Amino acid sequence: MARHSEEDAGMAKAPPAARQRKKKPKENKTRTVHANILHDCAKGEENPNRHYANNKIKTTKYTVLSFLPKNLFEQFHRFANVYFVFIALLNFVPVVNAFQPELALAPVVFILSVTAIKDLWEDYRRHRSDKEINHMDCLVYSRAERRYVEKYWKEVRVGDFIRLRCNELLPADVLLLSSSDPDRLCHIETATLDGETNLKQRQVVRSFYDLDCEFDPLKYNSIIECEKPNNDLNRFRGYIIHRSGRRDALYKENLLLRGCTIRNTEEAVGIVIYAGHETKAMLNNNGPRYKRSKLERQMNVDVFWCVIILLVMCLFAAVGHGLWMFQYGDNRPVFDVLSPEGTNLSPIMSAIYLFLTMIIVFQVLIPISLFVSIEIVKICQVYFIHQDMDLYDEETDSHLQCRALNITEDLGQMQYIFSDKTGTLTENKMVFRRCTVAGVEYSHDANARRLAMYQEMDSEEEECMSHGGTLPRRDSVTSHQSARVVLRSQSTKSHRRTGSRAEAKRASILSKHTAFSSPMEKDITPDPKLLDKVNDCSSQMDFMRFHSQPMSQLPSDLSDIIDFFIALTICNTVVVSSPNQPRHKVTLTCSGQKHQFGQTSVRSKRDHLWTGLHNDVLPQLHSRLPLKSPVKTIEDFIKRFTPSLEQVFSPIPPSYDGKASWNLEEGELRYEAESPDEAALVYAARAYKCSLVGRLPDQVIVELPHLGKLSFELLHTLGFDSTRKRMSVVVRHPLTDQITVYTKGADSVIMDLIKPPDTGKRQKKIVCRTQHYLNLYAADGLRTLCIAKKILSKEEYACWLQRHLAAETAIQGREELLFESALRLETNLHLLGATGIEDRLQDGVPETIASLRKAGLQIWVLTGDKQETAVNIAYACKLLDPEEELLTLNTFNTNFSPFDIYSSSSPSSQSTPFLVHRLGLVIDGRTLAYALDKSLEDKFLAVARSCRSVLCCRSTPLQKSMVVKLVRNKLKVMTLAIGDGANDVSMIQVADVGVGISGQEGMQAVMASDFALPRFRYLQKLLLVHGHWCYSRLANMILYFFYKNAMFVALIFWYQFYCGFSGSAMIDQWYLIFFNLMFSAFPQLITGTLDKDVSAETLQQLPQLYVNGQNSEEYKPYMFWMNMIDAFYQSLVCFFIPYFAYADSDVDLFTWGTPITTLALFTILLHLGTETKTWTWMNWMSIAFSIALFFTVALCYNASCPACYSPSNPYWTMQRLLQEPLFYLLCFITPIAALLPRFFYRACQGTLFPSPVQLGRQLDKLPADIRRNILSLSRVKVGSPLCPKLPFLSLAKLWSWLDAHFLLVAGSGNIEVCF
Amino acid sequence: MMASSYNAKEEDGHHSGASSGTGVSKNKKPDNTAFKQQRLPAWQPILTAGSVLPAFFVIGLIFIPIGIGLYVTSNNIKEFEIDYTGVSSDSPCYNCAKNFTWNTTEPCVCTVNFTLHQPFESNVFMYYGLSNFYQNHRRYVKSRDDRQLNGDLSALTDPSKECEPYRKSGDVSIAPCGAIANSLFNDTLVLYYVDSNNSISEIPLVKKGIAWWTDKHVKFRNPAGNGNLTLAFKDTAKPVNWAKPVYELDPLDPENNGFINEDFIVWMRTAALPTFRKLYRIIQKKSGATPTLPNGNYMLNITYNYPVLSFDGRKRLILSTISWMGGKNPFLGIAYITVGSICFCLGVVLLIIHHKYDNRNTSADIPS
Repeated sequence: MARHSEEDAGMAKAPPAARQRKKKPKENKTRTVHANILHDCAKGEENPNRHYANNKIKTTKYTVLSFLPKNLFEQFHRFANVYFVFIALLNFVPVVNAFQPELALAPVVFILSVTAIKDLWEDYRRHRSDKEINHMDCLVYSRAERRYVEKYWKEVRVGDFIRLRCNELLPADVLLLSSSDPDRLCHIETATLDGETNLKQRQVVRSFYDLDCEFDPLKYNSIIECEKPNNDLNRFRGYIIHRSGRRDALYKENLLLRGCTIRNTEEAVGIVIYAGHETKAMLNNNGPRYKRSKLERQMNVDVFWCVIILLVMCLFAAVGHGLWMFQYGDNRPVFDVLSPEGTNLSPIMSAIYLFLTMIIVFQVLIPISLFVSIEIVKICQVYFIHQDMDLYDEETDSHLQCRALNITEDLGQMQYIFSDKTGTLTENKMVFRRCTVAGVEYSHDANARRLAMYQEMDSEEEECMSHGGTLPRRDSVTSHQSARVVLRSQSTKSHRRTGSRAEAKRASILSKHTAFSSPMEKDITPDPKLLDKVNDCSSQMDFMRFHSQPMSQLPSDLSDIIDFFIALTICNTVVVSSPNQPRHKVTLTCSGQKHQFGQTSVRSKRDHLWTGLHNDVLPQLHSRLPLKSPVKTIEDFIKRFTPSLEQVFSPIPPSYDGKASWNLEEGELRYEAESPDEAALVYAARAYKCSLVGRLPDQVIVELPHLGKLSFELLHTLGFDSTRKRMSVVVRHPLTDQITVYTKGADSVIMDLIKPPDTGKRQKKIVCRTQHYLNLYAADGLRTLCIAKKILSKEEYACWLQRHLAAETAIQGREELLFESALRLETNLHLLGATGIEDRLQDGVPETIASLRKAGLQIWVLTGDKQETAVNIAYACKLLDPEEELLTLNTFNTNFSPFDIYSSSSPSSQSTPFLVHRLGLVIDGRTLAYALDKSLEDKFLAVARSCRSVLCCRSTPLQKSMVVKLVRNKLKVMTLAIGDGANDVSMIQVADVGVGISGQEGMQAVMASDFALPRFRYLQKLLLVHGHWCYSRLANMILYFFYKNAMFVALIFWYQFYCGFSGSAMIDQWYLIFFNLMFSAFPQLITGTLDKDVSAETLQQLPQLYVNGQNSEEYKPYMFWMNMIDAFYQSLVCFFIPYFAYADSDVDLFTWGTPITTLALFTILLHLGTETKTWTWMNWMSIAFSIALFFTVALCYNASCPACYSPSNPYWTMQRLLQEPLFYLLCFITPIAALLPRFFYRACQGTLFPSPVQLGRQLDKLPADIRRNILSLSRVKVGSPLCPKLPFLSLAKLWSWLDAHFLLVAGSGNIEVCF
Repeated sequence: MMASSYNAKEEDGHHSGASSGTGVSKNKKPDNTAFKQQRLPAWQPILTAGSVLPAFFVIGLIFIPIGIGLYVTSNNIKEFEIDYTGVSSDSPCYNCAKNFTWNTTEPCVCTVNFTLHQPFESNVFMYYGLSNFYQNHRRYVKSRDDRQLNGDLSALTDPSKECEPYRKSGDVSIAPCGAIANSLFNDTLVLYYVDSNNSISEIPLVKKGIAWWTDKHVKFRNPAGNGNLTLAFKDTAKPVNWAKPVYELDPLDPENNGFINEDFIVWMRTAALPTFRKLYRIIQKKSGATPTLPNGNYMLNITYNYPVLSFDGRKRLILSTISWMGGKNPFLGIAYITVGSICFCLGVVLLIIHHKYDNRNTSADIPS
């Protein structure tokens, strides 16, 4: 006892020291929350919580007043807008003005207002939903009325007490002070925050744990000190300081987060800690990122070139004007009007003014509507991607989500794919396959056979489903029944993860909250040999217990087996629920139903009625000490482990009771796990009759054959983290009464922690054999886990506990301290065995990978899994080819650089490039750490590039993102990262395009991604079809925009030669300004949205066509210049044909300019026509509409006002033109003459050197059967591993080959024979 | 943006919480419509030698006849042009041109003789042509006030700023204001026919109908003044370069005086190019078989008021008949013939290419 008190004193000293250290920054680093009811009278000023945000959320950006200035300010962040406004304002300067100033403002105002309206609408929608949320009801305690009253969410303030009922949404971040649950728990569903649908338990703050009666807010007088609001969902720490001066630590387990839903708890009371925008949920809301696509970057370069062209043209005109002025000398001609002030400008000044004027006149060259049009087109593209049926997953009722709206075209330009393995390539649906215990392997052949059967039935059922048959409804979904029905298991949302579609539907009704439990996981056929041993063992234990013999006499191999299964059962965070009460797992609801497996806690005075099958547990549970777990204080420890109390645990109820009830409940329990392999292991253990019956914060109830229900007192849970790669539980074994640590983790780490093998020959042998089996498992592509245990003496435990408690209560650096504490515990383990879990490949993964690879994409797999597993999965999904040579880089020695190999062998590899492409690179995390070093990264890349596929195993999330960043920055390639878990988030964010699989591991990846897919195989259509289309559509549209504007502006430029470079325009300023915005705007939008160069089928069957986008074939820098040249040529034609046709006639300026505008419009539309590949009725309509619009506007405009629109004053011009045959003759010849070269070039190119895309288009036109033959042929030819890097070469060969053969037969009329 | 996702989620969560009892969730499956699945029926032309070849031939075959037709039509138009600027010393107007400036008040008259070798049968249009005269200069084009010309009284006394520096003369506003009006062409041309026995007869020149009908009747209007133009314009000054005020442009014909004087209207319609012609008079076809202008000698009497030499300009007289497609201009015909022939040639080239390289696409061209 003396020792204890010493420790106690030591413990007591430590926190003040820690506190003192933190005293200083505390002032600004923490928030103090008082209860509001204490300060109700002191409204406003004195309320200590007044500085904190209230619960009213306002996610709108603008108010009525601030909208205009704020929105304009935001829009002016875009440089183009500033430019256009500058030009419009320039028009107000009289010396340089080219147009009517008001008119010149029109386009800018139009563009700005379109964007503003869009913003306004979005903001209004936000306002609406804010309002709805703000006006939801909740119960807030009112001091005046001494009861809970209904209030709106927005009225909730920090420091308010709120009462929450079952299925209510939490209005703010609330510290849990009371719960109607006998264990002082509150269950919440966090699906809206992280997408995880399993229930989470939250605990009442310790100080309020022991309250016997209902929580009374009036008696509350504590002060809470906690962190400032932050966005870390998984962190909350602070203190609650009671009046008595006692401090209790607060944990994230005490905090209920806004947006979660209360489940299974009748009522809970809490105090609001963070409200409104300071809640973690709101702080976590980051808007979509703005990414700029490659195409846009390229476009911006060309916009820059346009600026240069513009300046050159202006300069040319200015110089021309100066010279023109100069030639007249002092003798001013009558038509050279003086400036308004009447001063005579010198030629040089005049030229300078003219330069500015020309910038205004030529402003159209920088396409003002381009940016708006691109946005519109992208929104339409996103819409179509959304609507694609092929990207819709029926089982989960989810389709692809585009979260980034502005990088659709990047999908068509990808060069590297970085993929996660688990959950992305595989189902992340774990099936227990094999295990080894104490060095003996149990192969579970029956299990394998059963799995094979599943797959068969799976396909059968699919067939049956496809024939439209509906499955008969089943009344109950027990694991045995569902065994016959099978699942294609492609669910994303866990509550529908139970199997086939029909069942998924039922399950979604029955149980929304069942995570990770597919029939496959549940239904495990035990290995008979092992089952016998388990039975044998437990009956022996039963016997020994009966005779009060110490358990240590059990043969060690048998005890290992039983320990192995106990570890499988309890070393996890699985929560048990029953499907009979799907909505309330723990059914302590208003109706008075009772906790299914719960127990009356000793402190609960209420009279609990116990439902049948748990009666057997009761006596034991009733006697359970009022101990909270985990052990939180030294006093706890002393109390718990004083021998006098030990006897309480030892008597175990008779086994027959347990046996009887076991049969009853077997099919009814559901396990909800955070990770699927946990569930798989628990189900596996259950197959061996070692089943998890209940889990509470402080104990785990396990049912064993013969032994009945055993209650393990849970002392600590050291959760899984990716650095340790293991988890441990510290329990007190009810049979041996020893403090036992069960550890489960990745084999690589566990093996290092095993007690040095010199301790015993047997253990050494076990380790050796287990390692052997582990290698075998890995070779089979199984995920391996090692199970180990450790028995702690009380002294060891006490010693560890002391430091652990110190770590737990630390405010600063708590994570690190806990981590170190865990490391201290997990040493010298005793190896029990290992498991092999299968993670099945998702549907269509090998095909998708093969086709993406044919598309010229480099696929790298970055996984945290161990090397052997990863390699095997890689073989299974055809990422690695058996014919390939594997280049494995593993470092064992820190001084050794693996790249020395490469540098020595590089000359030979360069001389034989073909050989190099057949290499596959496998690198592990440790080696990767070296490879990513600055000095080696180039070498690493050189090696990696020469390999056909790269596999990085054992990589951390950070390494994953570093690899992506390295490849992206060094190779200047477009990268796509795809993953499903939180560990892929950083990689997804780094890549040019991040794709999240909305799969099994929560929503973090999806939240971080640009696109979220339900399945990996959808990536094929997303990239090959939508990516290709989006890219080619946008690329063509951008090029067309440049052409269109240049062509239009050049018309005016040519005119400068005939108007003394005076900046005069023959095109009416109205046409000039609205030409882009109205007359020529719609067709290009339609084409940019709907044009399909090649059909979806062909694109998918000929992935080689994807290279088109990778090499930016549609939009190369030279194409911009070709387009410019073509634009200048066309404008020359459009200018000079009317010029000569009207030369030396009495035509006036605008009667001559109007036909030119018309001709330009026709030419521009016809140009679009030659570039349009598919003509739907929408294309026709849009062109007809454009022309009709132009003439309607022109006719109305020219008839509207006889004395307005200075200077053109175009009254009756168009009407008169329409009466002239000359006008029609011009309209006929000019567009044709202008487009002749382009048309001719296209025709020649289509015949002489067609691009692969054009060939694909021709292929589209062939009859279906011929097409199929050609495609199947191309698959054989191109897919061969001989030259996978050069698909084009082979495609070209294919075509030449086809030329020779296909034609021959086509001529003779029976094509089929040939193939 | 940022919050909308959150709100959506929250609403979702709320929704599922509230309606899970019913258990019927809306199916998000996209509609299987041709539009949404991007399967709209479409015409997919493939540009290859084989597929565009007919278009080239068709264009060629259409254009060449049109071109020939236009060329012939243009050639049937008779046109006669004579430069009377007086640049060379042997020109009759040399002296007038040399001495004349805007400030000269004394009119200078010169006479140019010319011979028509062919008779002009139908209506003959008499144009004056100016070269090197930039009526399309930006500041020049703007320098007018359409409201003033439309008879707006307020604009009459307070013309638009665009007219600067020809807006006011002293304190009195100019009518018509602006540089265009100020530089009104004011040569007077009179045409005489000298018949074989040297008797001179003046050819009647019609000055009505030379301006656009809409200009004369809608765009241009005299300010209201009870029919008395002098009164209507009493508060205005004449343009600087003008010898007489606007209400004396054609004192004999009130329908052709003031702003609605057709010569003035024609001038106000600024020419598109620096070399232009403007309709001056019409010589109407005489009844019977006699040509409007028989071949023979003519005499052009010019009251030389308009100086052009300072900017190296030229003045011409043009006599022309017109056809349905306007004045004489062989260009369009030639253009049609050229484009047509080029198309035809390219068609042939494509035919060759097609036969040599494009056999594969024979089947592809068949619309499937």
